[in-house]
Amino acid sequence: MARTGGNKNLQAKLVLLGDMGTGKTSLVLRFVKGQFQDYQESTIGAAFFTQVLSLNEATIKFDIWDTAGQERYHSLAPMYYRGAAAAVVIYDITSMDSFMRAKKWVQELQAQGNPNVVMFLAANKADLEEKRKVGVEEGEQYAKENGMFFVETSAKTAQNVNELFYEIELSFESMSDANKLEAI
Amino acid sequence: MDEEYDVVVLGTGLKECILSGLLSVNGLKVLHMDRNEYYGGESTSLNLNQLWKRFRDGDKPPERLGSSKEYNVDMIPKFMMANGALVRVLIHTDVTKYLNFKAVDGSFVYNKGKIHKVPANDVEALKSPLMGLFEKRRARKFFIYVQDYEDNDPKSHEGLDLNKVTARDLISRYGLDDNTVEFIGHALALYRNDAYLDEPALDFVKRVKLYAESLARFQGGSPYIYPLYGLGELPQGFARLSAVYGGTYMLGKPECKVEFDENGKAFGVTSEGETAKCKKVVCDPSYLPNKVKKVGKVARAICFMSHPIPNTNDSHSAQVILPQKQLGRRSDMYLFCCSYSHNIAPKGKYIAFVLTEAETDDPRVELKPGIDLLGPVDEIFFDTYDRFEPTNQHDVDNCFISTSYDATTHFETTVQDVIAMYSKITGKDLDLSVDLSAASAAADSEE
Repeated sequence: MARTGGNKNLQAKLVLLGDMGTGKTSLVLRFVKGQFQDYQESTIGAAFFTQVLSLNEATIKFDIWDTAGQERYHSLAPMYYRGAAAAVVIYDITSMDSFMRAKKWVQELQAQGNPNVVMFLAANKADLEEKRKVGVEEGEQYAKENGMFFVETSAKTAQNVNELFYEIELSFESMSDANKLEAI
Repeated sequence: MDEEYDVVVLGTGLKECILSGLLSVNGLKVLHMDRNEYYGGESTSLNLNQLWKRFRDGDKPPERLGSSKEYNVDMIPKFMMANGALVRVLIHTDVTKYLNFKAVDGSFVYNKGKIHKVPANDVEALKSPLMGLFEKRRARKFFIYVQDYEDNDPKSHEGLDLNKVTARDLISRYGLDDNTVEFIGHALALYRNDAYLDEPALDFVKRVKLYAESLARFQGGSPYIYPLYGLGELPQGFARLSAVYGGTYMLGKPECKVEFDENGKAFGVTSEGETAKCKKVVCDPSYLPNKVKKVGKVARAICFMSHPIPNTNDSHSAQVILPQKQLGRRSDMYLFCCSYSHNIAPKGKYIAFVLTEAETDDPRVELKPGIDLLGPVDEIFFDTYDRFEPTNQHDVDNCFISTSYDATTHFETTVQDVIAMYSKITGKDLDLSVDLSAASAAADSEE
């Protein structure tokens, strides 16, 4: 839940959605720790990160929720979506299947999440251009139709990873200006 | 699921989810399945559509109750003692970070037809209309003894060995009358019958202390706390813990048949033609109906209201205990009320439960004394459910079965069962000596 503390200190819950192996944990680790591992194990032991970002006059503390593998058999609990201010839906550009599944995650989010949640679509593994199965336009088009921000990322090369989180923060700032954050 | 696991857990009720979380943290490989599509089993929280589907045969809920999605109505309503065992488990496992809690406004007891605030310390005892002038002073002395009592400080024992002295003897030492003993025993120490009077007084004193210390924690009107969005959040939080430590989750799995070898030992669970092999099976009574026996029945009424329970000082959340003798019954009755202030209903709406161990087959008549205290209700559901206890021997069949949830509106008995099961499953004791201030910090930072 995004909350205003004093003096433009915001706290915001951010959730990651997407099928197994799309790089959810890798994206967060790249953002939070600046690290990447080619063979990131399925998420065990750490599925909750906090990261503070400062921008202009505001500071945002992100509570980032990873799925902890509960997406595997579609057993993600409703509490996961509860109070999320932003959601990043992730697919792998080398897998059309993961793109189709990303659309399902968006529907799930629209059904379960709060109506003001800001949604981002991240087309991950953009470094694997030679294996690309999902075109940039396809992702862009779908994001546009569903009111989502769209960005192609690579946790491996760090392409657009900081930019993605920077965008998320910007969207919170503009929301907090409109005093919407507390309403979430 | 064709893999081999240390433990397969069946049912995602609170007890099973706590166990699943603790076992995963302990390094065991856990597969956790539920026949339902949702988390929580019997201890889930339902929205209006789900409630009407369950109790009104699929009728649509009336529009005046507001949006279905804004309701989280507990099927097993309970409050958490702020210093109690469940809070210790939550801190021990760090599941507090997934949940937000808020103090419960009021804790009351029913006496001679009226609702009174439960006095829990020497100062409150002097103000309470529950007692006459001289009784107040006697109660005050008793509360001071309890507050000062420390296990490891013999001076505070006043020459009494509470492992030997019975609760009855301790009480008679302070000359408390039956009326006072009743509210202390049932509304503070939370005993469900009077058998404790002939047991060593130590447990009694510790329970009263727990109540008083929990009350002091949040400066609220009660010793209880409750999660925002309802208790259904708790099993989800522990399930997440289990998943974070490698537990695998599958919902909506039909059948979940426990497989036994020729020696009667469980070795796996089959669903949809696949068998997950395991060393141990943990489940709620509904998954092994041949290994449990019925031990009782809970009668309950779920009431939708647009006002708090009358005479509870406008409490947006409250517990009222109606001791057995006040109603001429063999078991206590409990009122539980929660509202929009804990995000379980839309603004202005309250949900009240009336619960008791059923002594007849007619919940409508049996629950009437409790329902009469609620004032007008917008909607009311009556329901009963059977309570089961395991009859198996886990060293013979590798099965660990939880006991059904009782009618109490607090968690102390629930956690006792979980802790005992954990020890049986792992052969280890659960160390719950945690820094309780972690909970207070977490709770204080909300709202």
